[in-house]
Amino acid sequence: MTRKNHLLSAVAIGLSVVVFVVPFAFIVLTAVKDQQQASLLDFSWPAHFQPVRNFIDVVEARDYMLIIAFINSTILTAASVAVLVVLSAMVAFVLQRRRTRWTGLINFMVLAGLIIPPAVVPTIWVLQKLGLFRTMPGLIMIEVAFGLSFCVLLFRAFISTIPRELDEAAIIDGAGPLRLFFRVILPLLRSVIVTVVVVQSVFVFNDFTNPLYFLPGDENATVQLTLYNFSSQFTTQYNLLFMNILLITIPPLIMFLFFNRRIVAGMTAGAIKG
Amino acid sequence: MATSTVHRPARTREPVSAAARRRAKSPYPHWFYLPAAVVYGVLFIVPTVTSFYFSLTRWSIFDSKFIGFDNYVLFFREPALVSGLVHTLIYAVVTSGLKVVLGLLLAVLLTSQIVARGYLRSVVFFPVLVSTIGVGLTFTVLMNPERGLINQSLAVLGIDGPGWLTDPSYALLSVALVDVWKGVGLATLIYIAGIVSIPQEYFEAARVDGAGAWDSFRRIILPLARSATVTVVILSLIGGLRSFDLIWAMTRGGPGFTSDVIASVIYKQYQAGFYGLSTAGNVVLFAVVTAIVLPLSRFLNRREVEL
Repeated sequence: MTRKNHLLSAVAIGLSVVVFVVPFAFIVLTAVKDQQQASLLDFSWPAHFQPVRNFIDVVEARDYMLIIAFINSTILTAASVAVLVVLSAMVAFVLQRRRTRWTGLINFMVLAGLIIPPAVVPTIWVLQKLGLFRTMPGLIMIEVAFGLSFCVLLFRAFISTIPRELDEAAIIDGAGPLRLFFRVILPLLRSVIVTVVVVQSVFVFNDFTNPLYFLPGDENATVQLTLYNFSSQFTTQYNLLFMNILLITIPPLIMFLFFNRRIVAGMTAGAIKG
Repeated sequence: MATSTVHRPARTREPVSAAARRRAKSPYPHWFYLPAAVVYGVLFIVPTVTSFYFSLTRWSIFDSKFIGFDNYVLFFREPALVSGLVHTLIYAVVTSGLKVVLGLLLAVLLTSQIVARGYLRSVVFFPVLVSTIGVGLTFTVLMNPERGLINQSLAVLGIDGPGWLTDPSYALLSVALVDVWKGVGLATLIYIAGIVSIPQEYFEAARVDGAGAWDSFRRIILPLARSATVTVVILSLIGGLRSFDLIWAMTRGGPGFTSDVIASVIYKQYQAGFYGLSTAGNVVLFAVVTAIVLPLSRFLNRREVEL
């Protein structure tokens, strides 16, 4: 019995290395090679180990485009996630606590947001009418609108575990709706807020399609767009391309290392409710 | 009783209108919906609703001219566009089918007594969090027909690997495989959550009755992980039907139109300035997603209730 498990483990570990570890090792190895060796595209140990030079080259490329992209992506991620947390927690709170004729409609809207693919050109049309097309605030609002459903589901599931007696106690102490929500409920949501923030930051940071449509242009590029543009411009400099891939893999990796449990909880809870 | 006493101080601050008083009574006011509803309504509902009209027009961003169903006629007459619809369906079915099978197998493996379980779970899940564009570009290099690592390794084994992304008959499936590589971690995670929630006594009782590993998989895990299966199927179908970034990063719909899907058609028509046609593509995608996902989720969920 135990021997069989060890055999199975060995096979599983071996397969996992081939299927999942090798591609990441390939990214790292290619990112530190010199240009000539990287263009061979093979899986080999770097002859000239030059991570610093490749790093500097990729950062300096196209007038420090990557730095601008990282700044843009950080602004986009931080702003949209912050707005998302507050707005979706407010919706989820009332949705979970109060049953009225609106409840059905709002539940329907939440599900619609998960299923329906956004209509691209009409969205651009609306943004243009509002003067928000090709602007960072426009894209931030887009990310909020498209992320609301998922976050509302996560928050609603968690709020249902907070006893109503707590609300009533606060109300007896004279708290109005705003104070009840921001002073009593929101602090209790801390753990699910961490989950939402982590999961949603990874989503927004990795988002390629929405910036492509709604925020074109070099001065506004996000990291995913920059990477995509690099791939068509630096077809011969694979070491720089993979250094770029490596650099934009690091933020999710950090999130994963620190918040593994939270991400797993958020992904499964949100998924099963949906 | 308690609530009526509580609200007296609040009421004095309100104007004396009866409606306002009634509204102020609930500690869960409706206007909490408002900020989210404005953003969602303006940037999601309005475009979705207007897309039905704009898909019937010849449209540049400044003016639109009503032309009836011409865009749809064009969409379904142009072989390149129709094949996009077919590819979308193939892609969605292949990816979600593989995610269900592999996700379930991996979840059973990763909940059993094996060494390095934590490592295996992490390594299977991590690709979910990595940039799709990064994964796409990496695999484009790995799948290079002559120099790529995959075909080089196959050559060592004496197998002549195909041109994964350059051969028209393989391109779409190769991208689908990479999609599975990236997404199977999420399916596994959902299945693990489902399997872990099965009471341990069931397995013990089955073992006492002489059930082997296969029996407990077939008779316990498979039926009781049903809701996980429903979730994985629905989620990966929605994702697969809408899929754009991976395909765009790896093949841009090529070679020819052999890996074009609806989402990439929408982008190409948008780039070409055919906004009406692009929006018609959006409506087609909307119809396909709802026509598949809604009945399927209703069907799967009903079966579950009957069990």
